Amino acid sequence: MKKLFSLIMLMPLLVCAQNITADEIVRAVDRNMITRTSKANVRMTVHSRRASRTMEMISYSQGNDEAFSEYLSPPREKGTKMLKLGDDLWIYDPGTDRSIQISGNMLKQSVMGSDLSYEDMMEETHLLENYQAELKGEIKYDGRECWIIELKAKSSGVSYFKRKAYIDKERYVALYEEWYAKSGKLLKTIKASEVKRVSNRWYPTKMVFKDELKQGKGTEYIIDSIEIDLTLPAHIFSKAMLKK
Amino acid sequence: MFKFLLKGVFRDRHRWLFPVLIVMFTVGLLVFSFSFLEGYKQSYLRQTSRFNTGHLKVVSRAYAEMLDLKPYDLALLDIAGELQGYKARYPQLDWVERINFGALLDVPDEMGNTRVQGEVAGFAIDIFTDDSEIKRLQLDSALRSGRLPARSGEILLSTIAAEKMQIAPSDTITLMGSTVFGAMTMQNFMVSGTVEFGIASLDQGAVVVDIQDVREMLDMENAAGEILAFFKSGEYERKQAARIMQDFNQRYSDESDEFSPVMLRLEDQGSMGYILAMLDLSVLWMSIGFITVLGIVLWNAGLLNGIRRYGEFGVRLAIGESKRRVYAALLIEGLIVGTTGALIGVILGSAICIYFNRYGMDMSVYNRNSTMLSENVLYTSINAYAIIASFIPGVLSTVLGAALAGGAIFKRQTSQLFKELET
Repeated sequence: MKKLFSLIMLMPLLVCAQNITADEIVRAVDRNMITRTSKANVRMTVHSRRASRTMEMISYSQGNDEAFSEYLSPPREKGTKMLKLGDDLWIYDPGTDRSIQISGNMLKQSVMGSDLSYEDMMEETHLLENYQAELKGEIKYDGRECWIIELKAKSSGVSYFKRKAYIDKERYVALYEEWYAKSGKLLKTIKASEVKRVSNRWYPTKMVFKDELKQGKGTEYIIDSIEIDLTLPAHIFSKAMLKK
Repeated sequence: MFKFLLKGVFRDRHRWLFPVLIVMFTVGLLVFSFSFLEGYKQSYLRQTSRFNTGHLKVVSRAYAEMLDLKPYDLALLDIAGELQGYKARYPQLDWVERINFGALLDVPDEMGNTRVQGEVAGFAIDIFTDDSEIKRLQLDSALRSGRLPARSGEILLSTIAAEKMQIAPSDTITLMGSTVFGAMTMQNFMVSGTVEFGIASLDQGAVVVDIQDVREMLDMENAAGEILAFFKSGEYERKQAARIMQDFNQRYSDESDEFSPVMLRLEDQGSMGYILAMLDLSVLWMSIGFITVLGIVLWNAGLLNGIRRYGEFGVRLAIGESKRRVYAALLIEGLIVGTTGALIGVILGSAICIYFNRYGMDMSVYNRNSTMLSENVLYTSINAYAIIASFIPGVLSTVLGAALAGGAIFKRQTSQLFKELET
């Protein structure tokens, strides 16, 4: 029933695919990707210059603003928790029993040695709020028909001045993204794959983030299981949850 | 002849006073400048080797590529066994392990929430095995409040950072950083004391921590970001350093392995080689500049003096003294004046240098925003080179001035001289 409903919802876009605008594509991507709530079991493998390291975590999110994650392994990271509430981010370390708010330059630091920064984690996903979208053409990527969308920042407050994305025409998922600095330097690339049907949405369950300024083979972010639009207790997204 | 000229020079105040004063002042300034530059160079070498470069340094090849960034994630891992081998092979060196790391210093309030936080540069040294690092970095004299760390879990914090974040000895702080593998890590420490090294780049915000604590925090068991080696003599021995480096790299370094060790000399690190070459060059340029300027000034003085003595030269030529002899007398007079001025200049310059060598000069105002590892109190270093390199230009300049000014004697016609004598 849900599948049928989502198909009906997406039908106008599919019919008008030929005349679709960049803004409509980006809105459709946001509609597909942004969930009311979610709970996911995630594996993050960081392929650094020296070694590869896998971390497992459980993540909860509510809309764009609230997210909570707890690291389950390896032993050194076990019990580390992160809480995002709006523009604020706290990290709890069980070894010191301290919750520290991350701010300023620290937001630019890598999350657990990965190719993602805290700032990347904090970013709002409603792209049209911060970016001007332009449809630049079409491309076949990874065997899928895609639109090439270019997003340019409306203000200087965003982390990445320009983004280029290949959007799957059928599933409204960004399969490949390039994030650029204002100077035009390529900063990060993201490859999404293993797109699966989750509830009434299409969700990439494997993403490879690559910080182009770092040596290494990037960070794999694999969603082992995900539940969407479930009811989550409110206390998950509170500071009290950090020390629990 | 010499005695005659000597009397002649010193009985006529116009002949010696101005040139002697000029030479004396300039030579004194030159002695001071050379000693100041040498003092600065030695201070820079001393501080840089103690805190940063060592006389020689061993890092991984990957680390060496980004040496200035001190990327401890590219550190030498499991190095304990290798280090024992290095110590046995090069007994003329003292070896120390260090880790430099960046961290966020977080100060909790009574509830455990963040009261204040700031970024600090972590400096991990071996505090507890013996007191060699404490002596090398002069931690005792750098201590401004509290005491040196006595046990694991205690750190020293720079005075400026402590004041800025209102941290006092015995306060507990949390350092947050990344492990060698990039994972987030936190560790609680107690501030045992505050330090001030007199080095702006360190005093702005550094924490000194025992290397074992940092290894635990950064997941770097048996690892070191850098292994520094110092000659047991305490002095940097350039030729020997080059020989040791070549031998070490042939023996232990593997170009195909980016994590194999590589040895660097002091002057191979960052811009050290360039800075040392520039300091040496500046001494040479200073000598050339001073000789040129002094020569021009004394040439003019010689010309003025020559004009004043036209009559005298005329009489001397008229009574049969040869032009060559008059010219030689002029040069000897220049030599007498130059030697006298240079001697007094050297004595005065040396006296000033000895004073500043003993009591030092407070350079903290100039170092405030400097990233160079130079001491806040600078001591001049007087040596034979400074004296010789100042004395010779002082003497040469008066002789050169006299030689140029005296050239006019050869252009004079005897008939013209008699005409001048009549007027």
